[in-house]
Amino acid sequence: MDFNDTPEEAKFRSEARAFLDANLKPKLRGREPGGGGDELARSKAYQKKKADAGFSGITWPKEHGGRGLPAIFQVIFGQEEGKYEPLGGPFIIGLGMCVPTIISMGTDAQRERFVAKALNGEEIWCQLFSEPSAGSDVAAARTRAVKDGEDWIVNGQKVWTSGAHISDWGLLLVRTDPELPKHKGLTMFIVNMKDPGVEVRPIHQMSGGSNFNEVYFTDVRIADAMRVGGVGEGWKVALVTLMNERLAVGGSPGPDYAEILELARRLSGPSGQGALLQDPAFRQKLADWYVSAEGYKLGRFRTMTALSKGGVPGPESSIGKIINANRLQDITNAAIEAQDHYGIVAQDGPDGVFGDAYLWAPGLRIAGGSDEILKNIIAERVLGLPQDPRADKDVAFKDLPTGR
Amino acid sequence: MNFDFSDEQKQLKDEARRFLADKASKSALRKILDGQSGLDGKAGASYDKTLWKGVAEMGWLGAAIPEAHGGLGLGRLELCVLAEEIGRSLAAVPFSSTVYFFAEALLLAGSDAQKAAWLPKIAQGDAIGCFAISEGPGAVSASAIRCSYENGALNGVKTPVTDGDVADAAIVLAKEGSGLSLFLAPLEGVARESLKTLEPTRGHAALTFKNTKAERIGEAGRGWELAEAVLDRAATLLAFEQVGGAQACLEMAVDYAKNRYAFSRPIGSFQGIKHKLADMYVNIEVARSNAYYAAWALSTEAPELKLAAAAARVAACEAYHFAAKENVQTHGGIGFTWEVDCHLFYRRAKLLAVQAGAPAVWKEKLVRQLEAKNAA
Ligand SMILES: Cc1cc2nc3c(=O)[nH]c(=O)nc-3n(C[C@H](O)[C@H](O)[C@H](O)COP(=O)(O)OP(=O)(O)OC[C@H]3O[C@@H](n4cnc5c(N)ncnc54)[C@H](O)[C@@H]3O)c2cc1C
Repeated sequence: MDFNDTPEEAKFRSEARAFLDANLKPKLRGREPGGGGDELARSKAYQKKKADAGFSGITWPKEHGGRGLPAIFQVIFGQEEGKYEPLGGPFIIGLGMCVPTIISMGTDAQRERFVAKALNGEEIWCQLFSEPSAGSDVAAARTRAVKDGEDWIVNGQKVWTSGAHISDWGLLLVRTDPELPKHKGLTMFIVNMKDPGVEVRPIHQMSGGSNFNEVYFTDVRIADAMRVGGVGEGWKVALVTLMNERLAVGGSPGPDYAEILELARRLSGPSGQGALLQDPAFRQKLADWYVSAEGYKLGRFRTMTALSKGGVPGPESSIGKIINANRLQDITNAAIEAQDHYGIVAQDGPDGVFGDAYLWAPGLRIAGGSDEILKNIIAERVLGLPQDPRADKDVAFKDLPTGR
Repeated sequence: MNFDFSDEQKQLKDEARRFLADKASKSALRKILDGQSGLDGKAGASYDKTLWKGVAEMGWLGAAIPEAHGGLGLGRLELCVLAEEIGRSLAAVPFSSTVYFFAEALLLAGSDAQKAAWLPKIAQGDAIGCFAISEGPGAVSASAIRCSYENGALNGVKTPVTDGDVADAAIVLAKEGSGLSLFLAPLEGVARESLKTLEPTRGHAALTFKNTKAERIGEAGRGWELAEAVLDRAATLLAFEQVGGAQACLEMAVDYAKNRYAFSRPIGSFQGIKHKLADMYVNIEVARSNAYYAAWALSTEAPELKLAAAAARVAACEAYHFAAKENVQTHGGIGFTWEVDCHLFYRRAKLLAVQAGAPAVWKEKLVRQLEAKNAA
């Protein structure tokens, strides 16, 4: 065990710093500039430079345009990149989830066509899994694909699709056979989001913005060559995406212990005497937040070490999002309450980040597997506890009970 | 012992629920939320004027105001049952500022002339009041008050003031000489800056007093003590609003959990959801019982009020916070949308948790009371 960089890692880190210094602005404390149209263009331009410099797909195999380095190099780059303004958002789903799925389950032609353009930011991806009645139970997807000659015709609806409005391609989970039990009748496709039969409607989220969408499919024709994995093997493919998702979305997402520490220096404490930072109850909480944040971060190093030795991301990575999403909700709530009555004000300055994040933290506890689902995964797949009795195992999908 | 509301009080509660179900609709609330309460959907008031008028006609504004001052002369217990229903409905009206803070301050410390000048107007719905103590981020403390009073006039800034954007008058905590006093200031001519908040269905403003004429209420130098006494009363009444809001969250979540299916079962059949909803219920019952005790102490002017109000507030803040956030969670993706009402409760819960002082401040007060009570 060694937490210091090896000479090789140190060299990589200084290269990364030099690249980032030349191409990104330092991170603002607190709130980031709003997502204007220009931001997407800047994200794409940055992603291109990143790919040219060899910092995109650091761990991906060389034959697929990656650099073939061990996972620790991705960690190092992530640590350094995290100190600058975040421009990588639009690519998280593609590079973190969809394209890795294509690399491991797709055809050579698909890899040829899609990987490089994703790596250099030319094309953006979305994940078309959830539906109105298939969220936690994503294998209950109903969107239908019916074979028509060499093609498939898709009809149905997806929902909560992050980034669909800016995406070029989507990884689409559909039902190809409703007569089979639910997990067996699914197939995965790549869909062109610019197809005229694809309609994207923004959803207004509780925090005010609209980053996710409803996506409607009307007679969308998809060539069989765009199928990822075998017919009826969609669930197996989806699990690869979901495993990658656990790793991709767990990250520390907003104001954390350092930001609230800074705030607490400036505020009066609840006893009316001295700064909040001197308040013993606050100090105890701060210690808990730090331990949680570090536990997550260091745990990820352990995962990365395991991955470097050839492991695959396992159900253990589910803990990341539980830890971080709940801490975010807790810290932002504490920051609001720490300001007392003033905490309700939506502030323009850096401290406004707490109120903003308080309103989107609930989404983070749901997106990419809710707290409850992740806990079930830990209980059943990590701890080996017995599963709930399943009503949906050996029944034809079309005969399963549904609610609202 | 009789630890329950009377039949008449329960009847008042039913009546209030029916009235609010009809008049305080979520669609009216959403017009305020979206800043479109004006005619033809234009930017409008920060409160529902039609509902406010209705509430006045029902006599609720004067429920606890003596008949001599134009009120109904009922009691605080009646006000508590109304508060619970208002909390459940999320009514977008300046009820708490006007009734729990402003009118209570007058009833507590106002002179006969001050009461005669303001209480009848309040009871009629002709005046909106507010309570201005905060001066910016951080726990309000006696030593940090900068706003000051001299020669009959106030100077300084109070922010944020709930309903300060529409109020006719404010109760203001300010320095007077070496101490603090409470003042009553009509707000005509006072500079108000409307503030954007996390809870747009209640208006907020920063008030800048510049040689603003004001009169002291209560004794000079007793401002902090009086403000605390007003807060004890308001906290008790707000606890009922919070319990009402939390209960509405629980009902929404239970209803959704019975009808939403995942894995071919209602999600309410999963223990992960069952236990969550049971926890909400437990928290709410703890809050409700503490609120009842505080209501009794308030209505009988018992010395136990200080401790009881703190307990009611701490429990109610926790119950509402938990119910509001876990109601979103129980709804999954749909709970995170603007169109579904979960976030309206999530926002209101946070406002009510800071409007009369944050829970940490009240925990501190609570323990000080406990220490004094259990002094060796
Ligand atoms: C911000 C955001 C972004 C998203 N982005 C995408 C995206 O890009 N692509 C995509 O495909 N999807 C996306 N989603 C959808 C997300 O994956 C689903 O919302 C999530 O899986 C929950 O599904 P649901 O909304 O249908 O809730 P439901 O599955 O109906 O769940 C409702 C409640 O029941 C609980 N529950 C369900 N099953 C169980 C169980 N077995 N045991 C205990 N509790 C249970 C859940 O935890 C939740 O509390 C996004 C969601 C959000 C909020």
